[in-house]
Amino acid sequence: MTLQTDTILADEPNFATRMVRMLLADKFALCAAIFLVFIVILAIVGPSWLGELATKQNLRGRNAAPFDWERGWVWWMGADALGRPLLARIVVATQNTLMVAAGAVALSAAVGTLLGLVAGFSSPRVNQVIMRLADVIMSFPSLLIAVIVLYILGSSILNLMLVLAITRIPVYLRTTRAEVLEIRERMFVQAARVMGASDRRILFRHILPVVLPTLTTLATLDFAYVMLAESALSFLGIGIQPPEITWGLMISQGRQYLTNAWWLSFWPGLAIILTTMSLNMLSNWLRIALDPVQRWRLEMKGRKNG
Amino acid sequence: MIPPPGLSEGAMLKFVRKRAVASLISLVGLIVMVFFLSRLTGDPAALFLPVEASAEMKQQFRELHGLNDPLLVQFAHYVGDVLTGDLGESLRKARPALDVVLEAFTWTLWLAVITMSLVTGAAILVGSLAAFRAGGFFDRLSSIISLIGASVPDFWVAIVAIVVFSVNLAWLPTSGTGSLLHWILPIAVLFIRPFGIIVQVVRGSMIGALSSAYVKTARAKGVKSRSIIFVHALRNAMLPVITVIGDQAASLLNGAVIVETIFGFPGVGKLMIDSILQRDFNVVLAAILVTALAIFLMNLLIDLAYALLDPRIRH
Amino acid sequence: MADHLLEVRNLSVEFHTASGVVHAVRDISYHLDRGETLAILGESGSGKSVSSSAIMNLIDMPPGRITSGEVLLDGVDLFKLPPHERRAVNGRRIAMIFQDPLSHLNPVYTVGWQIREALTTHGADAATAAAEALRLMTRVGIPEPERSLGKYPHEFSGGQRQRVMIAMALALRPDLLIADEPTTALDVTVQAEVLALLEELQEETGMGVLIITHDLGVVAEIADRVVVMEKGVLVEAGTVREVYKNPQHPYTKKLIAAAPGKGEMHAPAARAEPVLSVRDVRKTYGSFEALKGVSFDLMPGETMAVVGESGSGKSTLARILLRLDEPDAGTAHWKGRDLFTLSPAELYKLRRDLQMVFQDPTQSLNPRMTVFQLISEAWVIHPDILPKAKWRERVAELLVQVGLGPEHMGRYPHQFSGGQRQRIAIARALALEPQLIICDEAVSALDVSVQAQVIELLDKLRREMGIAFIFIAHDLPVVRDFADHVMVMQKGDIVELGTVRAVFETPRQEYTRALLSAGLDPDPDVQAAHRAARLQRAAS
Repeated sequence: MTLQTDTILADEPNFATRMVRMLLADKFALCAAIFLVFIVILAIVGPSWLGELATKQNLRGRNAAPFDWERGWVWWMGADALGRPLLARIVVATQNTLMVAAGAVALSAAVGTLLGLVAGFSSPRVNQVIMRLADVIMSFPSLLIAVIVLYILGSSILNLMLVLAITRIPVYLRTTRAEVLEIRERMFVQAARVMGASDRRILFRHILPVVLPTLTTLATLDFAYVMLAESALSFLGIGIQPPEITWGLMISQGRQYLTNAWWLSFWPGLAIILTTMSLNMLSNWLRIALDPVQRWRLEMKGRKNG
Repeated sequence: MIPPPGLSEGAMLKFVRKRAVASLISLVGLIVMVFFLSRLTGDPAALFLPVEASAEMKQQFRELHGLNDPLLVQFAHYVGDVLTGDLGESLRKARPALDVVLEAFTWTLWLAVITMSLVTGAAILVGSLAAFRAGGFFDRLSSIISLIGASVPDFWVAIVAIVVFSVNLAWLPTSGTGSLLHWILPIAVLFIRPFGIIVQVVRGSMIGALSSAYVKTARAKGVKSRSIIFVHALRNAMLPVITVIGDQAASLLNGAVIVETIFGFPGVGKLMIDSILQRDFNVVLAAILVTALAIFLMNLLIDLAYALLDPRIRH
Repeated sequence: MADHLLEVRNLSVEFHTASGVVHAVRDISYHLDRGETLAILGESGSGKSVSSSAIMNLIDMPPGRITSGEVLLDGVDLFKLPPHERRAVNGRRIAMIFQDPLSHLNPVYTVGWQIREALTTHGADAATAAAEALRLMTRVGIPEPERSLGKYPHEFSGGQRQRVMIAMALALRPDLLIADEPTTALDVTVQAEVLALLEELQEETGMGVLIITHDLGVVAEIADRVVVMEKGVLVEAGTVREVYKNPQHPYTKKLIAAAPGKGEMHAPAARAEPVLSVRDVRKTYGSFEALKGVSFDLMPGETMAVVGESGSGKSTLARILLRLDEPDAGTAHWKGRDLFTLSPAELYKLRRDLQMVFQDPTQSLNPRMTVFQLISEAWVIHPDILPKAKWRERVAELLVQVGLGPEHMGRYPHQFSGGQRQRIAIARALALEPQLIICDEAVSALDVSVQAQVIELLDKLRREMGIAFIFIAHDLPVVRDFADHVMVMQKGDIVELGTVRAVFETPRQEYTRALLSAGLDPDPDVQAAHRAARLQRAAS
């Protein structure tokens, strides 16, 4: 009897090409990605580029109104209570805002994932200990804890990062553990075991790659969450302290002028919304793009659009 | 349509007991952590007394509160105090800290319960309908709305809302709790984010449930669309949704801090901020303990809801 | 035109997918009368289920689209009915049961509720529905029917769940019952019972039955007429006997030829020194005794088939021999060393000798690894087998050996068909140069024609490389052409162990005989004889 005459699909393009194609297929995600790249560039070059301008006080230009096209572009969004150009300040604040969020997400994702892998793969007792710990952190009122810890330890970028990271660890821990518990029973893990693969190899070569897409999606979503949390803390006055600035702090600083100079709080708020929205959009796209079962939706769309 | 059946009481009781025992361990962990927060993050005497207190006063304070005892003894005392409901005095109000906190907590609880009820009902309805005609106009509209909802910072919405509705239009009061009108803005602001997030989860989960095999069976039986969505698919789709509802409710209980502060709402969040600024640490710790306990009980409720929804979990 | 109960005319359905438009069925026509059973026979991808989905209005549009044709029920075109009338047909006039009753029953409602819903949906009041549900449960043979109404689907066995599905489908005495692979996931003895129940109910109600299956045996057992489908096209139609005895289309001929259990049986050589010697292996999970003291010997290069129904402990045995699970008691000496007492380091070395091929290659191959990575992983784990420079060459060699080509090296598992994936899994096992391969239901998930090819491949490997096999299957005919010895297991015990000829021709145990007679033969005449024998035994 001959080999079954099944058609074998043509070789697939590599991962990067595929992702770019799927990104092009989803206009919203594409815009979000472009916007985020732009924001990241601002975060890198912002402080050195506009740092001086953003801190120079100009008492004659206090609360200058926006849309004054006569002046330089940094004044287009108006000026704050000390006459500093808002646009320049927003650009400069990008770095702190993103850094705190990125640091907290990276830290919580790394620790949470590792603990989740361990919890999902080790003895029931270790598993229990880790899970109860997560329960405790989960039932802690995270924002309240952040408030008190920051008050006691003093607020610095590092402390803020740490506090936010700790409160987000359980999210990754639970997700990872749940996935590991499911994946470790899958046949291909058993097959690797039969071949004599070590626990470490099974965890990092077979299980982690399957969990990773979920975690990436989650981290993107969480980035938005952490950014909002940081802004909230800074808004309350217990996050970042002046003269450092973040978007959240800028909103807080503008609050007392709300009735006569709305733009002080409005622009940084808009910056936060656009960034978190882009992150959420990108996360939605990632969820589909990284899922082999759902991927075709994007690939089909790309084809239809030519 | 006939009402879905309940479940046997025996199985339920057993489940509750099992969950309660498991969470008791977490509860102990919680108390330990609150204790260490209060004792190890610095000198409590420095923390609890006004900044200008003299060394003598500090010494007196330590002796009075047994702060010179070994840590374990202190911990035993603390556990004893917690179990008898004695969480110290509020320095600011000269009343038991627990009373002060419970009073404020009642406000927050109402706020959270009302908001979450509205959110849950609305999100389930919108998410289910979006999922039923996935890709349609309503789906796309609700996707955009939920995306924006999940992305906006609530404090920003709060201050913008005050400018628009209270200052410019003068429709609603800016702060306080006097009348029903006072509730509208805080609830509306707190509604936005959980709504955006839960709609997305409901939609995703419902799409999965609607494409499942048992829905095919229901269609083959000739069951009506409404019944397929809200009876067959929804109950199955609720499991992940319940988890998120729990998370959101928890973050409402502690995240109302900001909204309460902005709207001058006398809830536990505002109480905490005020107490921290005025160094009323007994109240701060009591507030944390009470809120944690509440979140804790809520997680237990979520577990029960799971078991109620899915008979397979009861085993 | 004569009035048939159901008539499908020139039906074409297409689906829009990532890789273009798929013509699921093209221009197919068939008909069915009251009291008659028509089988649609086809392998996976043949489109055999599509027409029934069209009849039941279960095709999602988009991505699906009915491009032509009509479906007449007593002369009325279902496609032209307004939606509410169309819905009223489902359940009342046409009912359907499915392959996997566990996922097709709603997990969060009691079965009683689900049966009652079928009745109330079409206008019955609650009291009538409750009484009727009880009657139906009793009729389909569920023990303790009253109490069972309050149970959830996961609390039943597979066969009982299918009975519940049948009860639900027949609640309104439909004119037509569509059964989509109704017995595929069931044990052979349970399959026979369910098919018998279907036939009884058909006699009672006079309904037409449309059964969709891949199994010639099921066709022989239950159907009057059969239509054969291949890649969306109806290639042959006729009475069951006509089609079996005198197939016209090459595809039908191929299908019939591929049915297992017709070749020459092996005559094993005299037994000498065993390579594997298993003694008194026991295992309990909680209060469930999975293995109650299993002992047997395996000679080098020999094939031992282990046959049993679900719950017989055959898969537990495989897992324990490979130390994926730990036994409670017993020994298993491989070349004189007890597998169960090896240290992890010793076990690691021994893994090379013992390999496994799993049931479902879709699940046993890591979806994120290429074929090259999958096969060469063996040498990453055991670096002393082969220097890295030779990996590509050796992978190519192995692929050719299992009937694939070196050009497949860079592809991912999902780009292959089921049979090809199983070949990759076999190549992976061979990479370690094992002396024993344990196949756990290795061909059960494959189409019949592919099954035959994979078994042929395994047989070739045995002849050429002297590899011993422990071949686990739930299906007796599959092992008939391949095994030297057959071990029949039931509830954790070995009930019969002997040469393949002895077990098949002169079974000593009642259970073995029951298994053999419950198995369905593709030949309608042979199957009729089996059936007569079974009925006679049941009567006595």
